[in-house]
Amino acid sequence: MLLVVILLALLPLLFIQAEFGGADGAAEEAIQEIAPAYEPWFEPLAELPSETESMLFALQAAIGAGIIGYAIGIIRGKSSKSKA
Amino acid sequence: MKARKSLFLLLATFGLTSYFVVNTPQPAHAMHIMEGFLPAGWALFWWAVFLPFFILGVRSLIKITKEAPELKLMLGLAGAFTFVLSALKLPSVTGSSSHPTGTGLGTVMFGPLPMSVLGSVVLLFQAVLLAHGGLTTLGANAFSMAVAGPFVGYAVYLLMIKATGKPKLAIFAAAMMANLSTYVVTSLQLALAFPSVEGGMLASFAKFGSIFAVTQIPLAISEGLLTVLVWNWLQRYNSEELTSLRRRMKGVVQS
Repeated sequence: MLLVVILLALLPLLFIQAEFGGADGAAEEAIQEIAPAYEPWFEPLAELPSETESMLFALQAAIGAGIIGYAIGIIRGKSSKSKA
Repeated sequence: MKARKSLFLLLATFGLTSYFVVNTPQPAHAMHIMEGFLPAGWALFWWAVFLPFFILGVRSLIKITKEAPELKLMLGLAGAFTFVLSALKLPSVTGSSSHPTGTGLGTVMFGPLPMSVLGSVVLLFQAVLLAHGGLTTLGANAFSMAVAGPFVGYAVYLLMIKATGKPKLAIFAAAMMANLSTYVVTSLQLALAFPSVEGGMLASFAKFGSIFAVTQIPLAISEGLLTVLVWNWLQRYNSEELTSLRRRMKGVVQS
């Protein structure tokens, strides 16, 4: 199953020549096409350097993965105790 | 042997996670409506639509933790799953990148309402720290990812259970549809705010839909598979806890 997920993610990278920018960037362009006069009226609070941003994304995944590992660990511990 | 296999799986997921996080071809900005890109009126409107669900969600969370405190661990797990999955920006067939939502797992475990809270916490984190999505558009984004997605997913789950009786298939379909519908709603929100000069709202919807929804189909399949994967882990180690979760949730909902 994991393999399918990996393939689904890798194949487009191999076979499609593109930038793989964010889909919301594409939506931004579409908005500008439909409503060229539209100005975003609110700026993000902070524009972080992209390196820092990818660090924060990694952090987000790490926190989540850590909690999942912790929870599964507890569950396993419980189940092995009840079997013993 | 079993332990070693699951350790391997965990490591593989971790490796995959970090691989995609580190190697995202473009700096952040993946999904959701960007900061400032909804006119103020619409931004307010979606906040107003979203808030009642959030309040109901908080109430159901309080109820669950009070009446079945042993489920807290599972709630944390569901929230963490959303956290991980929405950080995974995956490349897709249209040549742009997007990410799963991870709301399916919690929806299947706890029903759609608690996810309105768990999902919007993730969105808040991304809006404040990652300039991904935004504070003004948080109402709209939370409605699509944390309300519409889970509700559609839950409906699909119940239908599939009834129609096929196969829980894993139902979970797969629920996670996949929760993901897809999130981005269909996002397209709809953008189309409502930016109707095309010729062709109006529908033309815009088709346009935004082709950007978001098509990109999303392979990712929705990935999300369905990942959700079933985690479900399998849970089931292997404590099918008892999962059945008792079902029972408790029924008790909590009915009381």
